[in-house]
Amino acid sequence: MLSKLLSHEPRPGILGWLFSTDHKRIALLYLWTIMFFFILGGVFALLVRTELFLPGKTIFDSDTYNRIFTLHGTTMVFLVIVPLIPAVLGNYFIPLMIGARDVAFPKLNLLSYWVYLIGAIVVLSSLVFGAIETGWTFYTPYSIRTGGGVLLALLGVFILGFSSILTGLNFVVTIHRLRAPGLSWGKLPLFVWALYATSLMNIIATPVIGITLLLLILERLFGIGFFDPTKGGDPILFQHFFWFYSHPVVYIMILPGMGIISEIISVHSRKKIFGYWAMAIAIFSIAFIGFIVWAHHMFVSGMSDVARWVFSFLTFFVAVPTGVKVFNWVATLYGGSIRLRTPMLYALLFIFLFTVGGLTGLWLATIATDVYLHDTYFVVAHFHYTMVGGAIAAFFGGLYHWFPKITGRMYSEFWGRIGVILGFLGFNITFFSQFILGIQGMPRRYWDYLPEFTLLNQISTIGSYVLAIGIFISFLTLLIAWKRGQKAGDNPWNAATLEWQTTSPPPYYNFKEIPHVEHGPYEFEVLKKGG
Amino acid sequence: MLWLISLFPKVTSSYGKEVDNLFWIIFWIAIFFFLLIQILMIYFVIRYRNRKENEVSNIEGNTFLEIVWTVIPTIILIVIFFYGVYVFDNFQRRPPANAMEIKVIGHQWWWEFQYPNGYTIRDTLIVPVNKPIKLIMTSQDVIHSFFVRNFRIKEDLVPGRYTWTWFKVEEPGIYDIQCAEYCGSKHSLMIGYVKAIDIKDFENWIASVSREMDLSSLSPIERGKRIVQLKGCTSCHSVDGTALVGPTFKELYNHEVVVIEGGKEKKIIADENYLRESILNPNAKIVKGFQGIMPSYQGQLNEDDILAIIEYIKSLK
Amino acid sequence: MEHEHIELTHRDDFGAKLGMWLFLATELLLFAVLFTLYFVFRGLYLSYFHEGQKELQPVIGLINSIVLFVGGLTSILAIAAVRRNNKSHLILFLLITILSGFLFLIIKAYEYSLKIQHGLFFNMEHFNTLANGLKVFFSLYFVMTGIHAIHVLIGVTIFLFILYFALKNNYNSENFIQVEIAGLYWCLVDLIWMYLFPLLYLVK
Ligand code: HEA
Ligand code: HEA
Ligand code: HEC
Ligand code: CUA
Ligand SMILES: [Cu+2]
Repeated sequence: MLSKLLSHEPRPGILGWLFSTDHKRIALLYLWTIMFFFILGGVFALLVRTELFLPGKTIFDSDTYNRIFTLHGTTMVFLVIVPLIPAVLGNYFIPLMIGARDVAFPKLNLLSYWVYLIGAIVVLSSLVFGAIETGWTFYTPYSIRTGGGVLLALLGVFILGFSSILTGLNFVVTIHRLRAPGLSWGKLPLFVWALYATSLMNIIATPVIGITLLLLILERLFGIGFFDPTKGGDPILFQHFFWFYSHPVVYIMILPGMGIISEIISVHSRKKIFGYWAMAIAIFSIAFIGFIVWAHHMFVSGMSDVARWVFSFLTFFVAVPTGVKVFNWVATLYGGSIRLRTPMLYALLFIFLFTVGGLTGLWLATIATDVYLHDTYFVVAHFHYTMVGGAIAAFFGGLYHWFPKITGRMYSEFWGRIGVILGFLGFNITFFSQFILGIQGMPRRYWDYLPEFTLLNQISTIGSYVLAIGIFISFLTLLIAWKRGQKAGDNPWNAATLEWQTTSPPPYYNFKEIPHVEHGPYEFEVLKKGG
Repeated sequence: MLWLISLFPKVTSSYGKEVDNLFWIIFWIAIFFFLLIQILMIYFVIRYRNRKENEVSNIEGNTFLEIVWTVIPTIILIVIFFYGVYVFDNFQRRPPANAMEIKVIGHQWWWEFQYPNGYTIRDTLIVPVNKPIKLIMTSQDVIHSFFVRNFRIKEDLVPGRYTWTWFKVEEPGIYDIQCAEYCGSKHSLMIGYVKAIDIKDFENWIASVSREMDLSSLSPIERGKRIVQLKGCTSCHSVDGTALVGPTFKELYNHEVVVIEGGKEKKIIADENYLRESILNPNAKIVKGFQGIMPSYQGQLNEDDILAIIEYIKSLK
Repeated sequence: MEHEHIELTHRDDFGAKLGMWLFLATELLLFAVLFTLYFVFRGLYLSYFHEGQKELQPVIGLINSIVLFVGGLTSILAIAAVRRNNKSHLILFLLITILSGFLFLIIKAYEYSLKIQHGLFFNMEHFNTLANGLKVFFSLYFVMTGIHAIHVLIGVTIFLFILYFALKNNYNSENFIQVEIAGLYWCLVDLIWMYLFPLLYLVK
């Protein structure tokens, strides 16, 4: 029965899509689903910003506000940004970039999608039961006491975890086993390296959040009390487990983005990536150090002083390999031949915004300044600069970069650029004002605020509308191109990686003959000679 | 517009100035790296834009540069770390031995402050200027966080354990306490104040509340009245018939009350036993139309006190 | 569409095993959290842990260890059998493994029923009167062994499938990766019990 439904070959109709084991179709399923949730999360964000236009009540009361910002954070983190790049671009391009016909376990890949969809629906079904209002961090004992749909949200995130794990496992085996002949580790595109590290991180971190949320579910259902002080439990322990996952997760979000940026910068400045091995090693250093810094989210939680020092110390070391990456990108630009196409604009915007986001992380890593800035809008601005200005911008860059490959069509360069510029302006207006708000001492998750914060909040709100228009234009440009764009050709950017060496869009079997790889991923001069 | 230039809220604690210094040091380091990267990036983009492909230089990397931009940031970061620990450890984790200890208890959604002499006050913490104050903090329900931006301090209030922080205010004034850990519906309204007053005024004030607390000479009704004020009952219960968070005390004694006990509605007469139970175990019977948020006063009031309160309630006809 | 045949995937036993090892790693991490909880609370409530231990029957635990261990042994013997193309032995060993799993679960259920009779399950009247340290101990006991038991149940289910395929002659000395993977899973379940049992029942 099932084996009849499943098919690798393209079949028409909605079932042909929903039961296709072709990694490219699965990637597109993810794309549409995640974009839907992204817009939903974005609408929640706009509601949050609108409510904050005035102190006190602007459009809804505090309970509604708490639900909306929780839904915004939960949707954006667990439903959007964690799966986003791996499940969409990773799924589509890992096999293509390593010269394989599919991932190692195509059926498992489809299963991951289904598990993801179910998990996402369960999370959002909590809306029906009074939604969640715990913040995306689910801190105990609040999350044990409060009512509403917490149980469903926890269950949903728990289910989503399986999807992450299965996808991660699939990618690791794929990259190990299915590289085309001649494609040694030293010839892997950096995007593949990044996804390899991300997948490993997912495999290590996700089980921890899974079991932690499961314990929280049991806590709510049966009243066991590992995290409830009235029953002898310890709420700080919950925070440790939560951040043991949720800190690495921020690198799970950003590493694939960094991979994309490496591809874009190299291709659109026609130059080999500067310091290939330094870049690859940096990816793994970030992944590794990312696992031992989690408690920097807990500097004011009442941890022992020694713990505060140790985690502060370790946190600083993440900045070193991250810096190495940034410097190498800039060095790649040196002496190249730079084409300011839309993907490249996204890459430059990434370097700008992510550096701001990363550098502001330094104040947060320093104990004394973090004690002041913790849980203020400074933190909110920091993580939007890294997540939206970093990961989301990288995703859009990647989407534009690979769009001709995915659809075989070319987007409008003019509108693409308009989207980037509006987004960039809107983004900075929205979130730079939040840095100042944070420095002035406005706590986050505040429905009401002191009157002196009004002006900056209003600037931020207006900025968020500009940002939304920018994102909207970026989407629309692609949608229109998908229908009406001109034929793009197989390799419009003259890139050297394998995915460009097949047709656009690629056939379901990717390559008629598995290619034999002789040159590295960024050796453009080979192309010049070859044709 | 001045506040845009002077970014920080006014600092009024000794420790706060150190934090601000540290902030600006990191600021200049960050600005340096930020400008370095952006200027190079923009310069390269302009300089090498749309060059011919055959002009592209064939550089693969440079080990010396890699080492430079690994080692230099590492050193700078370690310096920032040590300076951060120095400020925190020296000025925040070593309260002077003569610090006055005040207990802070977080509630959804208000602050309770207990002075060494047992006096309890709600939401407004009155302290003397230029005297170190150490706060020993815990929470009745969920996690809260004590945050006074002018002092640059913040520490969570965690149920089931004690945390602490300390400060010394250098200027008299009223400073906002904002709750910085999300604690539910009224998290953003959980605002309190630190009122810093001159040491003389403070001593006078403490002396007067101590006198008030010495109640032995008063009649039971008078004593009840005082206790009800001191213990903060009046912030939830009025004596004039208006319903606040809790029902009014006026005309309560010997009147009929509709309560919910074990999920069932009941009518009872508010006699001495009921009043006593309502104080010691308020959630046993919840008055209809109210929420069971009253804390228990078990262990905080002795039998004498409770009798006095009941006498006082009796007197409110 | 092209009509020539293009081979999309090919068999990769090593890849499958690699995938399984990665999956086992996630399982280990899951239990690592529970063990962390155990050690943190043991540090906090040492004397209660000793008191709680008195309520557990090491003998039952020991029997269960042996049962599970036998199952682990036969799961390995099953792999050896299929390597030698010995179908009858394969089926015999698979059966023993499955039976040992069931036996383990039955004994566990009996043990749970004893605890429940003593009112030691979450939220039971007696449980709620216990000191916090004891509550935590029994909660840990139920959660850790419960999650482990679910794994045994999953293991048994996997082996039932393997048995079904073995009866359908799907395996031979060239093709037995599924038997091997199932065996790996059982070993993990075994391994975790090897730590659970002494920590909960024995350690003083
Ligand atoms: C993509 C996501 C992402 C990324 C990449 C980062 C990156 C970093 N983050 Fe961030 N962070 C978040 C997402 C992210 N963060 C989120 C979501 C939260 C809040 C969660 C919540 O509470 O809801 C958070 C919160 C957070 C905190 C807790 C704040 C608090 O609640 O009090 C801290 C504290 O240390 C921190 C630090 C850092 C550091 C040091 C980095 C570093 O990795 C940054 C490194 C990069 C650079 C430093 C820039 C480039 C480097 C150079 C140019 C080299 C030269 C530099 C120097 C020598 C200075 N982050
Ligand atoms: C990937 C993660 C991600 C992303 C992309 C965003 C995007 C945005 N976030 Fe989000 N945010 C978080 C993760 C993210 N956020 C997290 C984790 C929290 C913490 C939650 C917590 O405290 O628990 C948070 C909290 C948070 C707050 C603080 C709330 C509080 O503490 O009280 C604010 C306030 O301004 C905010 C604003 C925004 C804005 C304006 C955007 C904008 O970028 C959004 C831009 C707009 C859109 C994406 C919509 C665009 C599309 C359209 C308008 C098209 C519509 C049309 C059609 C239907 C076709 N966010
Ligand atoms: C946080 C607010 C709060 C504080 C402080 C508080 N109460 Fe209450 N009280 C309530 C609420 C709400 C109720 C009604 C619900 C219930 O019965 O528990 C109540 C009920 C009562 C009743 C029963 C009233 C009736 O109408 O039946 C008495 C008596 C009482 N409180 C006495 C006191 C005394 C004495 C103190 C101080 C020592 C005190 N309360 C402090 C909130 C409070
Ligand atoms: Cu109390 Cu937030
Ligand atoms: Cu972090």
